[in-house]
Amino acid sequence: MTDLQEPTRDWAVDFDHTSEDYAQSATDIWDDLRGRCPVAHGEAHGGVWMPTRHEDISAIANDTEHFSSEGVIVSIFKPQGLAPMGYAPPITADPPFHKDSRRILLPAFAPRAIDKLEEATRDTCRELLDELLAAGTPVVDAAVQYSQNIPVRVIAHMLGVPPEDGDRFRLFIHRIIEKPGTYSGTIAPEDTLVYYIEQTLKQRRQEPPKDDLIGYLMSLEVDGEPLPDAQIFGTIGLLIIAGIDTTWSAIGASLWHLAKNPEDRKRLEEDPDVLPFAVEEFLRFYAPVTMARIASTDTEIGGCPIDERDWVLLPFPAANRDPEVFERADEFIIARQRNRHVAFGLGIHRCAGSNLARMELTVAVDEWMKRIPDFELADPDPNSVRWSTGQVRGPRELPVRILRTNEPATHGEGA
Amino acid sequence: MKIVFDRDKCQGHGRCYALAPDLFDADDEGYAVVLVSGDLTEEQAASAQLAADNCPEYAITVEP
Repeated sequence: MTDLQEPTRDWAVDFDHTSEDYAQSATDIWDDLRGRCPVAHGEAHGGVWMPTRHEDISAIANDTEHFSSEGVIVSIFKPQGLAPMGYAPPITADPPFHKDSRRILLPAFAPRAIDKLEEATRDTCRELLDELLAAGTPVVDAAVQYSQNIPVRVIAHMLGVPPEDGDRFRLFIHRIIEKPGTYSGTIAPEDTLVYYIEQTLKQRRQEPPKDDLIGYLMSLEVDGEPLPDAQIFGTIGLLIIAGIDTTWSAIGASLWHLAKNPEDRKRLEEDPDVLPFAVEEFLRFYAPVTMARIASTDTEIGGCPIDERDWVLLPFPAANRDPEVFERADEFIIARQRNRHVAFGLGIHRCAGSNLARMELTVAVDEWMKRIPDFELADPDPNSVRWSTGQVRGPRELPVRILRTNEPATHGEGA
Repeated sequence: MKIVFDRDKCQGHGRCYALAPDLFDADDEGYAVVLVSGDLTEEQAASAQLAADNCPEYAITVEP
C-alpha cells in the first residue's frame, strides 16, 4: 500500500471513496479531516462533498428539504427527476411519498418479526462453521467462508427465493455498490439485478400466494389498490442491495477486530452478558455504511456553500468517531455504556433493516465465538486484509488462523 | 424522576427497549412505547438513563 505515503494527495480537496488507498485507511482520513477541514471535497464522480463531524452529518440527515434521497449511491450517473419515489423506495424516497412506502415495510422488520428468524440464522451459522472446520485446515477465510454467506441466506429465506440465488446477489451488489458505474453497458441484460427481479416476479405471479416478503409485497393494498409494480420491484431491489454486503461487512469487521484483540475474545468468552454491548461497539467502531444525498437547492454544510445537484456523502462511520459526541472516540471499549452510535443512520431514513442486521451480527459473532473462541489474523500485517471500496466498508478477505475450537453444541443448546 | 419521551424524534432504532425492556416496548412498526408513567424507582431511573444515553436521536430524557 505505497499509495498511503503518496505525498501529493490531500484528501481534503481530492478524496475518492472508491479508491483502494482510501478504503485501506478511511478511519484515519476521517479523523484527520475532522480536525482540519471537516467538509472535504473530491473531484471524482462529478464532484462530491463529505462532512466528517457528527453535527454536520446529523443536520443533513434530518434536512430532507435541502437534501434529497433521490440518489443514495454516488456515481457519475446522477439520478434526476425520480423524486419523490426514487428507484428503490423507501431509501430513495423523499417526503411526502417516503412515509407510506416505509410504513408498509416496517412491520416485516420490527423486533417481533425479526425474532422469528433468529433460530434459522443460528442454524445457518452453525452449518457454515461445520463446513469451515470440516476440512481441518488451520487457516480459514472468515469473510469468504463465513461472513459473506450469512446475510445472503437470510435475505433469500425472507424473500422466499432459492438459497443458491445468493451467489448471484453478491455479484449484483459488487457491481452496484463497490464499483458504481464501472460495469455500465458491459453486462448482458439477463445477468442483471433488474432482470433477476423481473423474472422472479413474473414467476411468482403464476404461482399461488406464499407467506414470504415477496408474497407480502404482492398482497399489500394501499387505498384499495395493489402496490404499483415499480414500487414492488424497487423495494425488492432495495432489500437485496441494502441487506447483504452491509451486514456481511459488519460481521467481517467484528471478526477482524476479535482476531486482533485477544483480551476482547477472552472477555466475550468469559462474560457472555457483554455481547449486546460489544455488538453496539462493533457497530459504532466499524459502521459499514456511508449514505449519500443530492442537494435539492443551493445550501450549506457547516458554513461551506453547496450547489444545487451536488453529491453529498454521509459517512456515518465518521460521525461515530467524533470526540464531540463519544468519550474516547478512537478507542474500542467492549462494554461501552453510553453509545449513541449512528451506524444505522439518523432521521426518517434510519435503516429499516436495523433489527435484522443487529440480530444477524449478534448471532454470527455468538456462534463463531462458541465454536472458535480463539483465533488470530493469519498475517499480522494490517494491510494484508483488503477492505471494500465505495460506500459499504468491510474486509473482503479475512484469513484467520484457528487456535482453539469447541465441539458443536448439541441440538437445543446455546441458543 | 420520570421519563420524557419525544415520539416525534423517535425513529425506531430500538436501543431503549433492548436495554430497558421493563420501561420501553416496541410498537408494530418498531417505534418506542413508554410502559411506565409517573415517578420511577431508583433502579428504574438508572435503567431509563441507560436507555436515554443510547438513543441516537436524543428522544429520551430522564427528568426530576
